[in-house]
Amino acid sequence: MNLTLKIWRQKGPQDKGAMVEYKVNDISEHMSFLEMMDVLNEQLVNSGDEPVAFDHDCREGICGMCSLYINGEAHGPDRGITTCQLHMRMFNDGDTIYIEPWRAAAFPVIKDLVVDRMAMERIQQAGGFVSVNTSGNTQDANAMPISKHDADESMDAAACIGCGACVASCKNSSAMLFVGAKVSQYALLPQGQVEAADRVLNMVHQMDLEGFGNCTNTGACEVECPKGITLVNIARMNREFLKASIKG
Amino acid sequence: MAILDSKVPKGPIKDKWTNYKNKIDLVNPANKRNIDVIVVGTGLAGGSAAATLAEQGYNVKAYCYQDSPRRAHSIAAQGGINASKNYMGDGDSDYRLFYDTVKGGDYRSREANVYRLAEVSGNIIDQCVAQGVPFARDYGGLLDNRSFGGVLVSRTFYAKGQTGQQLLLGAYSAMNRQIARGKIEMFNRHEMLDVVKVDGKARGIITRNLITGDIERHSAHAVVIATGGYGNVYFLSTNAMGSNVTAAWKIHKKGAYFANPCFTQIHPTCIPRSGDYQSKLTLMSESLRNDGRIWVPAKIEDAKAIQEGKLRPTAIAEEDRDYYLERRYPAFGNLVPRDVASRAAKERCDAGYGVNATGEAVYLDFADAFMRYGKEQAKIHGISNPSKEEIIKLGQGIIEEKYGNLFQMYEKIIAENPYETPMMIYPATHYTMGGVWVDYNLMTTVPGLYCLGEANFSDHGANRLGASALMQGLADGYFVLPYTIGDYLSDDIRTGKISTDSKEFDEVEKEVTDRINFFMNNKGTKSVDHFHKRLGKVMWDKVGMARNAPHLKEAMAEIKAIREEFWKDVKVPGDANEMNLELEKAGRVADFLELGELFAKDALDRNESCGGHYRDESVVKEGEQKGEALRNDEDFAYVSAWEYKGEPADAVLHKEELEFKDIELKQRSYK
Repeated sequence: MNLTLKIWRQKGPQDKGAMVEYKVNDISEHMSFLEMMDVLNEQLVNSGDEPVAFDHDCREGICGMCSLYINGEAHGPDRGITTCQLHMRMFNDGDTIYIEPWRAAAFPVIKDLVVDRMAMERIQQAGGFVSVNTSGNTQDANAMPISKHDADESMDAAACIGCGACVASCKNSSAMLFVGAKVSQYALLPQGQVEAADRVLNMVHQMDLEGFGNCTNTGACEVECPKGITLVNIARMNREFLKASIKG
Repeated sequence: MAILDSKVPKGPIKDKWTNYKNKIDLVNPANKRNIDVIVVGTGLAGGSAAATLAEQGYNVKAYCYQDSPRRAHSIAAQGGINASKNYMGDGDSDYRLFYDTVKGGDYRSREANVYRLAEVSGNIIDQCVAQGVPFARDYGGLLDNRSFGGVLVSRTFYAKGQTGQQLLLGAYSAMNRQIARGKIEMFNRHEMLDVVKVDGKARGIITRNLITGDIERHSAHAVVIATGGYGNVYFLSTNAMGSNVTAAWKIHKKGAYFANPCFTQIHPTCIPRSGDYQSKLTLMSESLRNDGRIWVPAKIEDAKAIQEGKLRPTAIAEEDRDYYLERRYPAFGNLVPRDVASRAAKERCDAGYGVNATGEAVYLDFADAFMRYGKEQAKIHGISNPSKEEIIKLGQGIIEEKYGNLFQMYEKIIAENPYETPMMIYPATHYTMGGVWVDYNLMTTVPGLYCLGEANFSDHGANRLGASALMQGLADGYFVLPYTIGDYLSDDIRTGKISTDSKEFDEVEKEVTDRINFFMNNKGTKSVDHFHKRLGKVMWDKVGMARNAPHLKEAMAEIKAIREEFWKDVKVPGDANEMNLELEKAGRVADFLELGELFAKDALDRNESCGGHYRDESVVKEGEQKGEALRNDEDFAYVSAWEYKGEPADAVLHKEELEFKDIELKQRSYK
């Protein structure tokens, strides 16, 4: 298939940036979206132009690096996948495809389609852990049974890959699905109980400092999340937050 | 030839590590504050090492090329992590895990290292659970296990099909705690481009800031490399796009010996390739072989019809299917080790029985598992006389619980529903057992320079068993290096800060900038990928699943020729003083083009078949094992450690003879 691409080009953080149009031809429907981008970049390199910068790494939907906003949707038109798992069979010959970076005040553009997601790192550093040192004599892993239901639910929350699609999709640029997922993973496990109150207060505090917006229950994040993280996690975080706040 | 000192402690194997730990020098907590350690790479090995060293009190500087440590490619590991907990009561023990790993590695690993690995495996699970890693549990709330290839017990702990992700997030969370305390200084989007030695000791690194292009100097009292494997030398592999050999290769060129480069694992269960534009291959976890049965059509005409798209696999009757692994290896069946399974698939496909348009695919079929689990579920739920459809549906539910994300991933890529049609799979480059040579302390041949995880060579011999990579990465980082490094650093408590203002740093920085300037000023005509793809094709065709002397000699010559052309004709657009992805790739491919030649040279030297390394010249000629790989212990029971001498072809071989005191050397049989 032959496609027209309209891609956000921005040389650096200070540059104003603009949409630039490109054509790519003979794209196979079996290609992944990023392989289509590879074809474009090979074309650009061969003609002496600078290729389009975009983040990507594992190309199997787990590292969370890829982050394209395609035709107004984070990770494009398919559901439950990252950009690298999007295939060209989702598009038609002659389509015009708009490709932009994640858009959020807390995610400044570094170059072209690459954004800076350090804000998410700092939120994790504020409390996304259990304080346990490595010793070699921690208690036996089976000493503390955990109900399968809780373990499974915790796993579902832990499946978050930290890509930031939730933020990019949200009209308020809220990171509450991301933070809610991490808070939930630990809140559901006995290991996380001791620090639960501090964790939620510190992580939410850092989230606010970073300039992410608040949740207004639109639910776009849940729809676009490649890993199926649900709004339940936001509700659980709010409950944890309230509990911790009352406790003082 | 020089003798490599592996520094394996004396004494019975089961006491070595404990006695050694009791006697090595330690650094007292107050002095640790005065010692800096650089850790390059933040996957399971680097992440766990960085966190643990920081917990102990060292000042850690950690580096990764991604925008977060959480994105290291350990995250893509699916199936699980082994540990000799014996929670299933099926007779597992440290010895058995040790034995399986040495046997699985086809007797080319160092016994003492492997035993230590088995010994600390249980601690890893305890540690991860304490961190809040949500491993799969049974209804009693205890940890669940599954089985992997090449073993007869269930010892694999898992978190759905995302075990690597969950373990890495555990290590990442431990790092975050130390970053928040200021004990780890984290350098995201930084790539190490060389190591700096002062008075023969590793004392720092040169990095490029991948956002600004700044070349930076970083010093420390010791340098730890944990940068993963070099599978991308094949261009197509299951590795991440950015996975590279640069850090390992750069330290090799500065004096670290490179061991067994030809030991590479071609993983049997990957999604087959579909076209020339393909950028990577996707792994389907080996755990699928627990429940899936591998087959091709028994009749060549059926295979042809399938290749032409005229026949569906579901239309082939049971008796017309060749479950070739079950046929050839009745004892292990679909759970033979990876190297054996991969070669068996290649053998069938080369004979014309492949099942997709390219002829390079076999089926992985879950129909039997649906029935088996479905019947069990019907009983559990008290459904009497369930219909076949009901049983299948119930069974599919269990399979979905176990491997749902893998089935979804498959469907997205191939656009076929694997619950209805058998999956198609084919081998792909996955893991490299070879790597930087290290002694028992995980130190390379350069003092103060350590190497962990997939980047080193030590524990998997010629073939790695499933669910052992995660175990090794975390063992090295959580439980081995943090002890052994103290022995070295105890001499450095009075050294004080290492200055970066020295002629050693000047020189190495100049080498790095010269190379970058060369790329930016070389007005070539071909892209970096052009050369990488050509290298990959030579590697796959001539240094792939089956190798022979004529092909290997050709490969060496061809790789050298591609390398020379690369340096003349490569084109790197853009600017060096900003984010430049082509420049990053150029540096990495330049190193692959050197490694590839050494790889072929090593494969040529090792004229035996062992593990993932198969030489056409070395097969069993007759008897029950006819056609199987033939190992040659008399001539090749050694580790090949290569010393860099200017050109890859001029590398000098040093041999570490392997001793097997606790395991009898036997020809592997999975029949």
